[in-house]
Amino acid sequence: MSDHPRATGKAHAMVAGKMLALAVAMFGFGYAMVPIYDIICEVTGLNGKTGRVSIAEAEAAKVDPNREVIVEFTSTINASGAWDFRPTVDQMQVKPGQTYQTTYFAQNLSDNTTIGQATPSVTPAAAAKYFNKTECFCFTQQVFEPRATKDMPLIFIIDPDLPLNVDRVTLSYTFFSSPGDNSTASLSPSLTSFAQEISQ
Amino acid sequence: MSYSDAGHDAHHGDHDHHGPAPGLMRWVTTTNHKDIGTLYLWFSLIMFFIGGGMALIIRAELWSPGISVVDPMFFNSMTTMHAIVMIFGVVMPAFVGLANWMIPMMLGAPDMALPRLNNWSFWIMPFAFTIMLSTLFMDSGGPAGGWTMYPPLVLQMGDSFAFVIFAIHFLGISSVMGSINIVATIFNMRAPGMTLMQMPMFVWTWLITAFLLIATIPVFAGAVTMLLTDRFFETSFFSAAGGGDPVMYQHIFWFFGHPEVYILILPAFGIISHILPTFSRKQLFGYDSMVYATASIAFLSFIVWAHHMFTTGMPLAGELFFMFSTMMISVPTGVKVFNWVSTMWRGSMTFETPMLFAIGFVIMFTIGGLSGLMLAITPADIQYHDTYFVVAHFHYVLVPGAIYSIMAATYFWIPKWTGNMYDEKLGKLHFWISTIFVNVLFFPMHFVGLAGMPRRIPDYSLQFADWNMIATIGAFGFGFSQLMFVYIIFKCIKGGEKATGEVWEGARGLEWTVDSPAPYHTFEESPTITPSTITR
Repeated sequence: MSDHPRATGKAHAMVAGKMLALAVAMFGFGYAMVPIYDIICEVTGLNGKTGRVSIAEAEAAKVDPNREVIVEFTSTINASGAWDFRPTVDQMQVKPGQTYQTTYFAQNLSDNTTIGQATPSVTPAAAAKYFNKTECFCFTQQVFEPRATKDMPLIFIIDPDLPLNVDRVTLSYTFFSSPGDNSTASLSPSLTSFAQEISQ
Repeated sequence: MSYSDAGHDAHHGDHDHHGPAPGLMRWVTTTNHKDIGTLYLWFSLIMFFIGGGMALIIRAELWSPGISVVDPMFFNSMTTMHAIVMIFGVVMPAFVGLANWMIPMMLGAPDMALPRLNNWSFWIMPFAFTIMLSTLFMDSGGPAGGWTMYPPLVLQMGDSFAFVIFAIHFLGISSVMGSINIVATIFNMRAPGMTLMQMPMFVWTWLITAFLLIATIPVFAGAVTMLLTDRFFETSFFSAAGGGDPVMYQHIFWFFGHPEVYILILPAFGIISHILPTFSRKQLFGYDSMVYATASIAFLSFIVWAHHMFTTGMPLAGELFFMFSTMMISVPTGVKVFNWVSTMWRGSMTFETPMLFAIGFVIMFTIGGLSGLMLAITPADIQYHDTYFVVAHFHYVLVPGAIYSIMAATYFWIPKWTGNMYDEKLGKLHFWISTIFVNVLFFPMHFVGLAGMPRRIPDYSLQFADWNMIATIGAFGFGFSQLMFVYIIFKCIKGGEKATGEVWEGARGLEWTVDSPAPYHTFEESPTITPSTITR
């Protein structure tokens, strides 16, 4: 920039610096959208994200004796793993404010030790934030020995503030082989094979 | 060149270096805004034929139902690559090239503010596109999941995925550097006395476009970086198994993607706002409202992104918000269209080639705008989503929209670039043949789209056969008529009727006050701003 009058060069650097700062900030904003998205989903119950409450909170809830809601349980197995995964009961009649327990059954159909992870979703979406769990197998990754089976517990409570027009809530779980598990390819082998491919 | 032409004789060596350096290295090492503008424009023209060739492969496959010409995976690569090439390799570089050539001359500046950065911005692009296009020859093939690269589909791509992501990063860096340069030029290098509200419209639209680029390209870079780490480094941004969400990608992507579509059209608005007044022999109607309308469109473009996602299961409140905010964009856009019409009203109009392309732009861009309004209506969009109606919509705004504006700009300013008039007869013929075929190509897509033909699929139901055949005829007609464009450009470079400095009778603006062809260095002394040299 030696060929510009000094003042002009400074002015250019000023503008360029500000614009560069904007670009860097927007790169950060892209990443900030990840937690923002999660918070919005949690607050609004979008995406069927369920809530989590402590046992004390669940015990303090007032039971609504005059209302019955049907809770249905469904399961989906993600294509990435060899699993059997299903609810032990298909549906329950529950009173809002009372704590209930049920289980899901899972079996590892492969001959390897595999980690499973369940992700929940509630429909209708409007009911999602009133569906709270004190304990769920989906809170942690589940380790399965080869061919092992498990009955995995789920303790839930429906908030008495559940909108009156909802009388049926469906809880759906999708079961995945956990990423980072040996069933998904790790970085180094794929890059090695790729390096071989291009060298041929 | 060891010195850019921005020097004010501060260094004695400058006196000996007033022409371009000899040989090919001139183009590699140049920091001259006109040279770099020329490089961008040539690059864009070459990519136009590469992307166009891909489009013809797509249309050849769709000539008749059934899998006939290429295999489905390659077809998907073609739809994906066609989009990437046309957006990042044709329209954006063409606008940046025009900005390089014209903005310093329109502002009375000797060069861009950061000439060396400018050289980098350009020379990154050929390398980025070499990497991008090379994926087509790799074992795992080119990207085939659509240019929007939605996970989880895109994560199933082979290892050439990494090359695609790095190419996008490079293209993004090039765009952001180019934009920073344009903003610095506009803020710091205007001729003394030229206020912001006296700037030519092309400069205004580019200033706003540059801000859009700086604000959104990094978000896109972030999104593709997340894809990269999800694919190779076991993060779970978009993987439900790890607590992520693939729909979140769509939000991040379209937060970039929607402003991007205005990046592809705002400079076109600027170009049209120069050509219509020139050939109507009037001043632009409603200059102030044009500036504010452009700024409003840019602002609104940040709060409409989820209209690309009406079928993902948003809550009603979200759908309503994005529907209304999207429809609101038609207000400032309408202001622009009515201002253009009012500019022509009772003007002494003549219909040289740039004017034909500009009027064609106004009419056909409005058709695309209207189908966009239809797509904005949420309940209707659920039917139209991912059909050929969407393809018809965005091709109307991009081909007889953005591409026509670039062709109009080329015909309008090429006498200034080369010093020769282009062949007017051939230019007009080029316009009419292109316009007939572009409508034969894209108009039937509205019909098959409304009838439910899905996009991005190599096969289709028998009922769509006739319209697809017609569209393919249009595609080949339009594609081959662009060879005329190349011929006209070469002919104009080689010779022709000598152009005056003013070129067009009564043309206003500083770029018409210098000789044709524009000398290698212009406005080394700042010009004096008079009412006749500002365009408003």
